[in-house]
Amino acid sequence: MLVYLIRRIGQSLLVVAVMATLVFLAMYAVGDPVDILASPDADEFERRAIAQRLGLDRPLWEQFGIFVWNALHGDLGRSFVYNVPAVDVILQRLPATLELALAGLVFSILIGIPLGVLAGLKPNSLIGRSVMSGSILGFSLPNFWIGLMLILLFAVELRWLPAGGRGPTTSVLGLHFALFTWDGLKHLLLPALTLALYKSALVIRIAQAGTREVMLQDYIRFARAKGLSSRRIVLVHVLKNILIPVVTVLGLELGSMIAFAVVTETVFAYPGMGKLLIDSINRLDRPIIVAYLMLTVVIFVIINLIVDLLYAAIDPRVRLSEAKG
Amino acid sequence: MADYGQIDSVTIAPELPARAPEPVAERGESLFARHVSEFMRAPGAVGGLVVLVALVLTAVFAPWIAPQNPYDLSQLDIMDNVLKPGEKLGSGITAWLGTDDQGRDMLSAIIYGLRISLAVGASSVLIACAIGASIGVLAAYAGGRVESVVMRIVDLQLSFPAILVALVLLAVFGRGVDKVVLALVIVQWAYYARTVRGSALVEKRREYIEAARCLALPKPRVVFRHLLPNCLPPLIVVATVQVGHAIALESTLSFLGVGVPVTEPSLGMLIAHGYNYLLSGKYWISTFPGVALVIAIVAINLVGDRLRDVLNPRLAR
Amino acid sequence: MKQGIRRLALVAMPFAALAAAPAAAQELRIGLASEPTSMDPHFHNLGPNNALRKHIFEGLVTQDAEQKIRPELASSWRTLDDTTWEFKLRPNVKFSNGMDFTARDAIYTVCRVPTVENSPSSFTVATRGIVGMEAPDPHTLIIKTASPQPLLPNSMATLGILSAQANGAENVRFRAGGCEGLGTPPKSVEFNEPAKAIGTGPYKLANYTRGTHIVLERNETYWGQKPHWQKVTFRPMSSQGARVAGLLAGDVDLIENPPIQDFERIKGAGFEIAEGLSNRIIYIHLDQFNDPNWKTPGVKGTDGKNPFLDKRVRQAVSKAINRQAIVERIMGGHAVPAGELLPYPLFGATKDFPVEKYDPEGAKKLLAEAGYPNGFEVTLGTPNDRYINDEKIAQAVAQMLTRVGIKTNVDAMTASTFFTRRNKFEFSMYLAGWGADTGEMSNSMNALVVTLQPDKGLGGTNRGRYSNKQVDELVLKAMATVNDEAREKLLQEASKLAMSDYGIIPLHFEVTPWAFKKGLSYKPRVDQYTLATEVAPSGS
Repeated sequence: MLVYLIRRIGQSLLVVAVMATLVFLAMYAVGDPVDILASPDADEFERRAIAQRLGLDRPLWEQFGIFVWNALHGDLGRSFVYNVPAVDVILQRLPATLELALAGLVFSILIGIPLGVLAGLKPNSLIGRSVMSGSILGFSLPNFWIGLMLILLFAVELRWLPAGGRGPTTSVLGLHFALFTWDGLKHLLLPALTLALYKSALVIRIAQAGTREVMLQDYIRFARAKGLSSRRIVLVHVLKNILIPVVTVLGLELGSMIAFAVVTETVFAYPGMGKLLIDSINRLDRPIIVAYLMLTVVIFVIINLIVDLLYAAIDPRVRLSEAKG
Repeated sequence: MADYGQIDSVTIAPELPARAPEPVAERGESLFARHVSEFMRAPGAVGGLVVLVALVLTAVFAPWIAPQNPYDLSQLDIMDNVLKPGEKLGSGITAWLGTDDQGRDMLSAIIYGLRISLAVGASSVLIACAIGASIGVLAAYAGGRVESVVMRIVDLQLSFPAILVALVLLAVFGRGVDKVVLALVIVQWAYYARTVRGSALVEKRREYIEAARCLALPKPRVVFRHLLPNCLPPLIVVATVQVGHAIALESTLSFLGVGVPVTEPSLGMLIAHGYNYLLSGKYWISTFPGVALVIAIVAINLVGDRLRDVLNPRLAR
Repeated sequence: MKQGIRRLALVAMPFAALAAAPAAAQELRIGLASEPTSMDPHFHNLGPNNALRKHIFEGLVTQDAEQKIRPELASSWRTLDDTTWEFKLRPNVKFSNGMDFTARDAIYTVCRVPTVENSPSSFTVATRGIVGMEAPDPHTLIIKTASPQPLLPNSMATLGILSAQANGAENVRFRAGGCEGLGTPPKSVEFNEPAKAIGTGPYKLANYTRGTHIVLERNETYWGQKPHWQKVTFRPMSSQGARVAGLLAGDVDLIENPPIQDFERIKGAGFEIAEGLSNRIIYIHLDQFNDPNWKTPGVKGTDGKNPFLDKRVRQAVSKAINRQAIVERIMGGHAVPAGELLPYPLFGATKDFPVEKYDPEGAKKLLAEAGYPNGFEVTLGTPNDRYINDEKIAQAVAQMLTRVGIKTNVDAMTASTFFTRRNKFEFSMYLAGWGADTGEMSNSMNALVVTLQPDKGLGGTNRGRYSNKQVDELVLKAMATVNDEAREKLLQEASKLAMSDYGIIPLHFEVTPWAFKKGLSYKPRVDQYTLATEVAPSGS
């Protein structure tokens, strides 16, 4: 186990290093930040001075060396635009995105499990089939368009909910959350629903399959024979059995949800990390882009590592000596 | 949030048999014919197929069907911009679905946009499939170190959200249909590699491969003539569904402003153009292309879903 | 509406009748389109930063809504000779921490500007020409420049004055290339703390949370007329939709740049809009680099020739563009067709300068005369997120040019990529905008039409590389002429010459809108700044 652990961690570090190099080189190719940052009437002299101040006049390998050295010291650079550490800017936006992702998860469970169980209990009924067809729709509908249609319906036509932005925040433990005000929730509703759509389709599928499997088990037949109400059977036995796969899958999806918030945040002008990424790409704020991508890489690598280790711990079939494909 | 590039193992997990096993096909009926009749049993999927064929035909014959060529700037007139559905253009054509901010007839723009979306989806899938399948089958055949390194890369690639990777790639490449296809190929090849490698591992142990080896047939011949064709059914399923995902991914990227060029808008870009007008009640610019996009993707997914049921060998039949 | 925005439209144009007087609320909440990147007045020479700076830190002089120079901390100034200026400073002015304002503070400010670290766009542009500063008495300041600089007051208007004493530099002395007694100049981040952001302005910084809000409080000891609002909160709301929604929901009282397509909705909901001409021109530059080894990158169908070297082709391009249609259909009437690079009445602009008439037939004729009866193909580069409707304007222009035979493709891209590529001369034709920061013609002319000579700091944004010796001479002469009247004449002449040579194709001037709740008024500014001091309860 220890050998496997060390080996997996080593691989993860390698991945992070490779990604860091790729990301840095990619950003280098995108454009010249001086063109965006310089005031329009800056002359060549001034432009050179800016490049020098930001360290952009040095050769590529030297810039990369500085980047690596600083990254090893936990410093991913300062934002060109804000002149504060890039990580700080991202972390400041983190609560908004976390809030959105969590609300999305909750929605996908609230929508997915009841529908999935229903479809699983009556697989051949009209309801069951409609739910399963509906889940295909859930996989198919492009996320951004759903967002637009929700805005059109609830914000433009009905005027029930705001079209975008984030509500007023309250400070909890030094972080700013909008969850705790009515207005904040109203702002959160549509983007979270949009984000939840695909995942609820996923949950429906898992819950439906799980329910059908459970209902065929002997202990359910026993329970029925014992005269337990079907309500109790569903609430206790079925739910207990489908919760594990649902939670596992959603846990894995949390990381991806944070990343995909890029689209939802753009549609709803929601000031989270994803919007920051798009804005920074437009403003060529390289340190922020690099830091964002590095953070994402690290998050994904860690999630993968944990999953693999858990599997290795749980499933004896996973051969520990051989790194599983 | 839809990770359009990814098919979760859960979603393609075999469903439990819903009905009693179908009666075994009569002798003499070919496997293909059996699959066709099997496919036809689901009305939804047949409907999807019909719609899909209609859409493809519309896209192919766009120049003869569309009232206007929305990519020919000399046919556009800025004085026609943002007309309501049903109003007439300066040239006398009726814009049944309205016009966009450049005075493009929306119906024509949608037909041409569909053309781009379908072409991008299909070509990226074909290329990615060819590359991914070759890598996958070779890895499976080679085994050992090569296989584990390749599969490590595949896993790594699959662990990152396709949309994020494509976004960064296009930020570097710039706009263009070819660049979008390239980015989509890069984010997709790994699925095919994984799918093919999975089935190739099973096929590899079968007798006919042993036999082919014993005959000392050249390696490439064994791999591409014998191994690969037998891995096709799952590949077809994955590829079909991926076309839908690729189209959705392309439209999302175009919506974010890193996709196709503005003068040749795909459906996603038409939707993005309409976004600015949505809040002021000019709904048609965003809504209609969106409906077209959704119809196309749903049709593809209905067909893909049914194909999965029909072709999935793990289903008891 | 369209007729409304004419030259004199620099005055507020409320759309609805002014109704009830405002409530006695003394707080004003403003939704900003873009957030200042720092509280340091000298960190980033950028519109949002400069607008915020004006609340807290004042300059020796200031620019009014029409960018005319007005006294601020200096009550008067004059030139002693072509390179020596004397500023008489206002006595009895105190910083918000109670310290006195003297000439020493102005010297300290000029000394501090070059020391700002990591500045993405530095104010050294304003201080570079200064070679000497002295204070014969606490309220007299002598500034010497290396060469005649008629625009020194404009430069001074961009610098917010810091307190030398508060920063521990009581004995600062100006030395070219590094001052003495500067102490440790404050770092940019230190200004985020209200206690450090000490200026003489009408407001004091009360709280700054990046991305959330900037809160200002009235400076009760302000020397001038005290502003109406006791507390001002700026909230960054970069998304148009969110900004409008915020205004309509009553979260903010005034917003910058409401999107044109939402005007009806905003007015329908009982809010008002004020708009005024800006100093920003939207133009098209044509590659005119005349070098045997240069092949213009984006033209096809001319056998490798660059058609834009022929004045007739440039004129044809200008005639083919229907500026009125662009203003009406794309800008919704909220722009003004342009004939030169700066709108009247700004300094150096000519009253009633003629706008090119839309004449597609004339354009075809000129093309035929120039040897292109069948036209040619060109790619028009444009940013898609920089100017109001930039990409849409480019597409409309492409339509119009295609009509007269110049088949035009549009290559639209995000601003960062666009500027990088433009600066590498990758376009034969590009659409861009220019805001004349100084509010006078020498700025526009020097940036856009004077021959590109990076080492001399000339023609910096002339990436079409238009070059006309006569224009250059006139502009350079103007830039060294201290007498205002003579300078204006030279600039008008230069502009006329460049326009009649079609060195650049002006399209229109942007109009800047503000939207606010009933009971307020805002006086639009040419520089597009949003100043809380200019927001008045209507009727007062």
